[in-house]
Amino acid sequence: MAVITAKTNTRIRESGGDRIFLIAVYTLLTLVLLAVLYPLIYVLSSSLSSPLAVSSGLVKLWPVDVTLRGYQVALENPQIVTGYVNSLFYSVAGALISLTLTIAIAYPLSRKSFFGRNVIMLFILITMLFSGGLIPTYLVVKDLGMLNTRWAILIPQAIAVWQVIIARTFFQLSIPDELEEAAQLDGSSDLRFLWSVVLPLSKPIIAVLLLMYAVGQWNSYFDALLYLRNPDLFPLQIVLRNLVILNTVSSGSMDPTLLAQRQEMADLLKYSLIVIASLPVLILYPFVQRFFVQGTLIGSVKG
Amino acid sequence: MGTAIAERTEVLRTEAPPQVPEPGLWTNAAKSLRRHWQLYLLIIPPLLYFILFKYVPMVNAVIAFKDYNVVQGVWGSKWVGTKYFEQFFQNPVFWTLLRNTLFLSVYSLLASYPIPIILALLLNEVRGAVFKKSVQLVTYAPYFISIVVLVSIINLLLAPRTGIVSQALVGLGLPPIDFLGSGDIFPSLYVWSGVWQGTGYAAVIYLAALAGVDPSLYEAARVDGASRLQKIINIDLPSILPAALIILILSVGSLMAVGFEKVFLLQNPLNQSSSEVIQTYVYKVGLLNANFSFATAIGLFNSAINLILLLAVNTIAKRTANTSLF
Repeated sequence: MAVITAKTNTRIRESGGDRIFLIAVYTLLTLVLLAVLYPLIYVLSSSLSSPLAVSSGLVKLWPVDVTLRGYQVALENPQIVTGYVNSLFYSVAGALISLTLTIAIAYPLSRKSFFGRNVIMLFILITMLFSGGLIPTYLVVKDLGMLNTRWAILIPQAIAVWQVIIARTFFQLSIPDELEEAAQLDGSSDLRFLWSVVLPLSKPIIAVLLLMYAVGQWNSYFDALLYLRNPDLFPLQIVLRNLVILNTVSSGSMDPTLLAQRQEMADLLKYSLIVIASLPVLILYPFVQRFFVQGTLIGSVKG
Repeated sequence: MGTAIAERTEVLRTEAPPQVPEPGLWTNAAKSLRRHWQLYLLIIPPLLYFILFKYVPMVNAVIAFKDYNVVQGVWGSKWVGTKYFEQFFQNPVFWTLLRNTLFLSVYSLLASYPIPIILALLLNEVRGAVFKKSVQLVTYAPYFISIVVLVSIINLLLAPRTGIVSQALVGLGLPPIDFLGSGDIFPSLYVWSGVWQGTGYAAVIYLAALAGVDPSLYEAARVDGASRLQKIINIDLPSILPAALIILILSVGSLMAVGFEKVFLLQNPLNQSSSEVIQTYVYKVGLLNANFSFATAIGLFNSAINLILLLAVNTIAKRTANTSLF
């Protein structure tokens, strides 16, 4: 994230009005900072507090009677564990599939000598403007026999047009056509060139695409809601929705002690589960934020 | 080489004059195909993806004009013309859905369009790099939280009795509010949670535009004795205007596409009077009641309005501000 301090860091005397203005700016931004941060801290603190402290509303900002009981119970819950493993699988497998498909279309479309690139680009841009809708797409997934399989999560949303634009722009800017022509004169085939020259030069964009797709998969729930019936295939977001938002407990597969435990721990469990469900992304976040910003900006070069 | 020339002359002789505007077109195609045949193979799977999951659904959408049933399939089912559209327009629920959808999206646009611009302008005034970076890092973070987590947090924090907000209200001697079970509060809940989640992310584009401002402009302004506010109005605002216009076009163009996934999660029988939007209705009618044709007709109506809005705004922006998407 390019921080632009250069233009303002020269010491200048502020006029009275400007000083008041600056104070207002800092105050406002501090308020914004607190407003964004507080809910996050509150959830984290609650998840680390004792069941009693949470259910009787003692937690205000910091954890009360610090304990990891919430997490312990969450990780003993087979639904949550299955959801976690599934979500990991969907994120990793989905990101790899999406990355492969995205590069497979973005690279050819970035070559000037690739005949038909503009028509094909238009062909995929149209899908951004108009869609057949929920039901017609559902029917395709159904006809392909993907309903209630892992494929329904991995394939129907595999390519995001926006990421194709980002990747294509990157290839256009960083792999000059001359380089490719030179390789061709040396007798290198397109695929070999792609594999041994383009991909090694494209690590930043590969990182961006993988992260964007993986985060997208990790956070998505609606396709699972549409296409999956079998609880063994549910991603964590669906488990979270069932336990926290719908407040339902599927008691069938659960042993009675766990159920009783849950009764008293219900609130605490919710907080822990929220933290568990956002943790992988939020831990990565400070490191990947830079890539995301780059990705957004590359994409907007030619929006 | 010999064959290439032969083919070229042949193509020119047989095909060129009437159909092909540029004589070199097919030659170029043949040359490209021969040179890049591997890339053409490579592009087949992604193209298949777009055909199967984007274009086939567009074709499947003809069931909006048919009495779809599973046995006869998309093409075997009977044509019924605009029966389902009429059914929808005559249904009293139509006006409720349209009103709710438009209200949510316009409210959302009015709040979440200007606020990121203001955030970027304010951040641009900050001189301490650490403070600036912290605000950016923190405000950008909620973008990475899933919608399910966001709605879960809303549910817990705003719970009528146990939530911290209600407790605070009671502590202040005010009556607790059932935020989630009220049709009046629902739109604000939807919009302001969206602002909480998306402002930092949306500000990135504007910050990048501000980073590109020529420093000599600020120098000149300082020499002229401009105040900070004057600099914002005369230098910063004009420099983010192109980006702001593009984003405005995109936002207006997707007015009918309310954040369906979030509305769906926030919805409950108590707030349904304002939370039932076109797309949640499509989901219920289509998948829960298996009325595929009716739901597709409603979805198609929604997509069509969206497309018209986008094209209209794009044209207006092109004429008045010389900025457009395409």
